Amino acid sequence: MRYDFNTGAELLKLCDAEQITISEVMIRREMELSESAREQLMTEMRRSLTVMRESVKKGLTEDLKSVSRLSGGEARTLYRYADFGPLSGSETCHAAAAAMAVVEVNAAMGRIVAAPTAGASGIIPAVLLETAHSRDWSEDKLVEGLFCAGAIGMLFAKNASISGAAAGCQAETGVAASMAAAALVELSGGDPIHCLDAAAIAIKNIEGLVCDPVAGLVECPCIKRNAMGAANALLSADLALCGITSLIPFDEVVSSMYAVGREIRPEYRETAKGGLAATPTGRQIAANIKRMNGRTDD
Amino acid sequence: MENYSVFDIIGPRMTGPSSSHTAGAVRLGYITRRIMGAEPSHASFTLYGSFAETGRGHGTDKALIAGLLGCMPDDARIRSAYKLARDSGLSVDFTWSEEPAEHPNTVRIIAEDVNGKETDVTGRSVGGGNILITKINGLDVEVTGEYPTLIIQHHDMPGVISDVSRVLAQLGVNIANMRVFRRGKGDNEAYMVIESDEPVTPDMPAIIMRLCPAVHDMTVI
Repeated sequence: MRYDFNTGAELLKLCDAEQITISEVMIRREMELSESAREQLMTEMRRSLTVMRESVKKGLTEDLKSVSRLSGGEARTLYRYADFGPLSGSETCHAAAAAMAVVEVNAAMGRIVAAPTAGASGIIPAVLLETAHSRDWSEDKLVEGLFCAGAIGMLFAKNASISGAAAGCQAETGVAASMAAAALVELSGGDPIHCLDAAAIAIKNIEGLVCDPVAGLVECPCIKRNAMGAANALLSADLALCGITSLIPFDEVVSSMYAVGREIRPEYRETAKGGLAATPTGRQIAANIKRMNGRTDD
Repeated sequence: MENYSVFDIIGPRMTGPSSSHTAGAVRLGYITRRIMGAEPSHASFTLYGSFAETGRGHGTDKALIAGLLGCMPDDARIRSAYKLARDSGLSVDFTWSEEPAEHPNTVRIIAEDVNGKETDVTGRSVGGGNILITKINGLDVEVTGEYPTLIIQHHDMPGVISDVSRVLAQLGVNIANMRVFRRGKGDNEAYMVIESDEPVTPDMPAIIMRLCPAVHDMTVI
């Protein structure tokens, strides 16, 4: 395949040789891989963007409760508060709330797009859709952003992992933030190398983060970690856009993140046996949920 | 190194909360419905391992029911699966087993269709919404459901495999993967599992059975 790549360095080489963006490389690669026409791929990605947009809206407007009753409604609270001078800035705060909204929808058995996983599904839609408000990014541009994010995610999938069970939360919310940061840089007019810098900076910020879901559910701490992931993506993109580089190149950061991930003991890799899941409160919640009867619809 | 599509990374579009405990469970129910080939009237689900441990909070029960009623993993009706079951005349019961299982996310589904025929399927959710069916009506199999799949029961004798593959070729169906199973030479209940690139249309089983005398039963998934 002419447009295939296994590392960030190979991706940059393709961008340089053809003078094209990361998203354009990823689109051409997908056309080769699936033997599909460009418009077919754009339409398919637009469908996912639509589901992303609906999931943000649902989480910010509807009164949701998760199946376990542990979560729901906090995204709306934060989104409203974001209009009244929040410390982190209203745009960041709105994006954080939108990220929480998607994962609250996920926990309430609503429809989302795994990006790259269900547990990290809030970060990419939140930062792209919220930033699109102020930057006036078109639907087509956002679709390109998703291809750029997909390229970064694929590099993690190929060279490390995008599974919390394999490499901890860094492989889920960390990778999502990294993908989102790269997409933000590309859509803001940064060069491919700046995209990789942003991606590297974002994952470095949370390297080693464990996956310790209370009661094994995708709620605590996942929902709030999506809020942090959104903020991480925005700030990492800003660092890269003003020309700050990652001292350690992207590919080496990916290797290092994976090496750390493999050192994380199984208790801290989605088994709900360590960390927050093993706290007295965490254990109590797990015991309560095990006693639930089920058999009801919300 | 796996050859990922961009849609493996941005996607799938799914009903939450978990790709393994919800989306995978929908697919396990859905494949069971395909194996049945008829509307279910009753289903007993036994959940093992992590399915039993955290399934309630992940809506694994709803996902299995919705799948058995023909929903795909992105169906918005999954969260109201109990209502869907009532409306469809499906009664269900669940056993949250404490017994150990070979794989943490395992379910056994015993379902009866509207004609009274029983189907017994065991499968597991292996991550990322992917599944593996390991047992169908007592036969050990490995079915992923990612391809059109044929399970053919036959008398173990020379030429039966070439007969089946020749007929499939004549029908324009290319074999992607194929495995054969038997308990011993000359087994009357030997079987093969064939995954194909092209869909197996409803008229094909009768043609295969007519042209391959050693074949005595088949299931299309």
